[in-house]
Amino acid sequence: MADLPLLSVIIFLPLIGSLFMLTMKGEEEVVAANARNVALWTSFLTFVLSLTLWVNFEEGQITYQFVENGKWMKDLGIRYHLGIDGISLFFVLLTTFLMPLCILASWESIAYRVREYMMAFLLLETFLVGMFCALDLVLFYVFFEGVLIPMFLIIGIWGGERRIYSCFKFFLYTFLGSVLMLVAILSIYYIVGSTDLPILTDFIFPLSAQKWLWLAFFAAFAVKVPMWPVHTWLPDAHVEAPTAGSVILAGILLKMGAYGFLRFSIPLFPQATIIFTPMVMALSLVAIIYTSLVALVQTDMKKLIAYSSVAHMGFVTLGIFTLNNQGMSGAVIQMLSHGVVSAALFLCVGVVYDRLHTRDIERYGGLVVRMPIYALFFMLFILGAIGLPGTSGFVGEFLVLIGAFQNNAGVATLAAFGIVLGPAYALWLYRRVIFGKLVHADLKTISDIKTREAIILMPLIGLVLWLGIYPQSFLKIINPAVKELVISCQEWTKDNAYYADLKRVGSKEQQKATILSYRANPQGKVL
Amino acid sequence: MTIVSFDMRALTLIFPEMVLLGTALILLLLGLFWGEYAFRRVMLISKIALAAALVMVCATPSTRSVIFQGAFISDAFAILMKALTLLSALVVLIMSQRSLSSEDIAQYEYPILILFAVSGMMMMISSHDLISLFMGLELQSLSLYVLTALRRDNVKASEAGIKYFVLGSLSTGLLLYGCSLIYGYTGTTNFDTIASVLNGAKGTVLPIMFGLVFLCSGLVFKISAAPFHMWIPDVYEGTPTSITTFLASAPKVAGFALVTRVFMSPFLSMAGHWQVLLAAIAIASMVIGAFAALVQHNIKRFLAYSAIGNMGYALIGIIVGNEEGITASILYILLYLIMIVGVFACLLNTTRPSQEMNTIEDIKGLVRIHPGTAFILSFLLFSMAGIPPLAGFLGKFYIFKAAVSAKFYFITIIGVLSSVVAAAYYLWMVKTILIDEPPSNRWTEYRKSCRKEPTMTFILLGTVVGLIWFFIMPGPVVKVANDAAASLFGS
Repeated sequence: MADLPLLSVIIFLPLIGSLFMLTMKGEEEVVAANARNVALWTSFLTFVLSLTLWVNFEEGQITYQFVENGKWMKDLGIRYHLGIDGISLFFVLLTTFLMPLCILASWESIAYRVREYMMAFLLLETFLVGMFCALDLVLFYVFFEGVLIPMFLIIGIWGGERRIYSCFKFFLYTFLGSVLMLVAILSIYYIVGSTDLPILTDFIFPLSAQKWLWLAFFAAFAVKVPMWPVHTWLPDAHVEAPTAGSVILAGILLKMGAYGFLRFSIPLFPQATIIFTPMVMALSLVAIIYTSLVALVQTDMKKLIAYSSVAHMGFVTLGIFTLNNQGMSGAVIQMLSHGVVSAALFLCVGVVYDRLHTRDIERYGGLVVRMPIYALFFMLFILGAIGLPGTSGFVGEFLVLIGAFQNNAGVATLAAFGIVLGPAYALWLYRRVIFGKLVHADLKTISDIKTREAIILMPLIGLVLWLGIYPQSFLKIINPAVKELVISCQEWTKDNAYYADLKRVGSKEQQKATILSYRANPQGKVL
Repeated sequence: MTIVSFDMRALTLIFPEMVLLGTALILLLLGLFWGEYAFRRVMLISKIALAAALVMVCATPSTRSVIFQGAFISDAFAILMKALTLLSALVVLIMSQRSLSSEDIAQYEYPILILFAVSGMMMMISSHDLISLFMGLELQSLSLYVLTALRRDNVKASEAGIKYFVLGSLSTGLLLYGCSLIYGYTGTTNFDTIASVLNGAKGTVLPIMFGLVFLCSGLVFKISAAPFHMWIPDVYEGTPTSITTFLASAPKVAGFALVTRVFMSPFLSMAGHWQVLLAAIAIASMVIGAFAALVQHNIKRFLAYSAIGNMGYALIGIIVGNEEGITASILYILLYLIMIVGVFACLLNTTRPSQEMNTIEDIKGLVRIHPGTAFILSFLLFSMAGIPPLAGFLGKFYIFKAAVSAKFYFITIIGVLSSVVAAAYYLWMVKTILIDEPPSNRWTEYRKSCRKEPTMTFILLGTVVGLIWFFIMPGPVVKVANDAAASLFGS
């Protein structure tokens, strides 16, 4: 196994599949059927391969694993550097896990330009997995931005009525955020002379630079998460995207930002992170409480779930910036849980949308009479979303709140309101859609969930319960990686002689001298 | 009477130029006698001449040599730029063969004018003296004026030609005035001598500053950077697409090379002064290019504004004014060249005999009619928007990297922000091509009239493969650009 560049294979297998589809010729229907199969098998094979990552992953080892380090831009020393640790492993798995489900979910609902659709999805998978594996800032940026192209097309071509508006909003919002990150990457390159993550982690940036760089990275990641107040692209994009597009958006694209915080913002700029933590906490609290309230008044099912995503991601950012073990592990679990649960919720909405072609909550009601199995599935995911003990949502939110209490009891108390508001909108949605009297005429003939749809939802249910009942199988891999992050930060909070030095010395020359002396001594961080 | 020492080495260095000019002059005569075969034959011979010149240029040794009493320079930079100019002219000739016939301008003067223009450009690129600079520039410009108005009976083409001519003459006047001021102060027209005079000068030299401003205005007009960009949308719109392709490719390379040469060689010591000037021009170009393109309905006007914006980005490298910056600019121009030729090839490829692709409406739903071309066009547009993982991103990446390492943060921020605005209109084109539905009646009628042309397919695939290859392995190309940039700084 050592010889096979496993990560590269997983990244580029979907790309090869999508290029293969280009060569298909013949009747449109035949091409569509073939494209569906090729996409399904390619993504399934990718998933199986990515499982071998988990099997061969060495627990407790804190360095990156499955590392590949090849030449790319020789003159600049920018390398094709891949590798995963305990955090990225599960995001890679989540991506490869959701992708075949997305393709299955679009099996019938996508009726035109099927080949292009499948190509876009496989391309998206390549970029997403690449992004989670990249250990070079430029490489990361390339994958991070590359995601925009297929997603733009997926929303724009196969979306709903206001798809043009939504796809432009999505693209330009996120693009604006990330170009600022590009400037930051360039100035990092200028300061350090490298964009290699392991090298950068050992480097201590001067505090003034850290602040600017942190803010530039924050611009890119906050839009992606999305944090309040730059979340407004999300409801539009979710509502207009086709079902599978929403699944990927909620399941994985939203994790890109939070992953960026974990992988780049915190380890590279620990001091700036500590300085800006109150701001992030405040924004997360607003996201948790405000967007939960907004979700309460939505009449569109997808929009409601979209706003609930913003609230759940508020928990994630809160957890990440508690900067302690419980909070950060909780945030990662919460991301995985949200990736599964919100994906499943969008799939559930997709099931009834395919039948009735409306997402208006008013148009439903009493579905339990005609669709009992569907009602059961839907309920499990709603319970997962509100964090019932035994489901995945509970573990994440619980750990995040423990972490938050250690930091600041006030923040944690306010965040706990989210746990009350969450069930309010989620259960109310469930009541309005599933229970009540079946009044609408067209609902009386609606058919229950089909085998294909059940097959898509089953593994998701399994995962929700697994994460909820025995999270240890995930936590034992996540924890060591998180611990590393926490240690790197705590050096700056508790025994931060270096930080104190910087504060004490007055003139810029003195600060520079201090920094240089620390740079000369690589172990200078720990005094 | 002085005896001019005749150096055979000097002759070999300008051999490509001589071949082109000689061919053009002979063809001008022969064309008269060939009657109805004139166009085809002249086209063929012109292509051969361009290809031959390209081979000769590539074979020229890249050592720096100044010949003809300092009027003409040959170095790695000149060779690279000449090769790009020749290559793009050659590709344009190959692409435009069929569309010229359909546009009813299949006259044998067309390839000859292109040969003249290319000779002028090569002269510009190699100029090492204000006089040879001016001669090259005029030879190019006059040929381009005529080319623009080649479709004589068309009002728009004539208007474009007149506009181009009047404004171009004005800019030439400014340039000449600037040259004369510089000559008046330094007493020489030779670049090296000017450089040494300026190196010895103390403090700000007012007449030189004046001269530099005028010279700069004239040069910037030729590369259509704001605020001297007014002519370019009209010229693009008025000319037939095949000629627009030429206007959009080779002259841009030559103009860029000239600007680089002038600012890097005689006026390098005054960098502090012209950097501000060029920075203002670059910022204006990027912003105007980005915002004005948003409201265009005509594809060619849209591409004209995109050209203005792109020139702004290319100028950033010159402003940085070191080897890294020039390398970045060369790469940027190279990528821009490939992309713009590709875009025009797509437009030409979808042109029907009766109707040009003019407004954005015309390319609506192109993917249903011409799926292959539509995908390639979207690929190129995404690339021009500078979105990774496409090659256009690397162009911007190198430019911004050079700017950041020289601490030009302000211009970098303006640059990335206007690239977001620019992305909006490239995306709008992509949306029109891929997402919109075509007008149904046109669809069937159109499909019948489509013919596949192997050369066109080859060029289109070539641009795509070139861009992808550059992204995966930028190393060799960057090295060539770096060598060329290094040769400017005499190392």
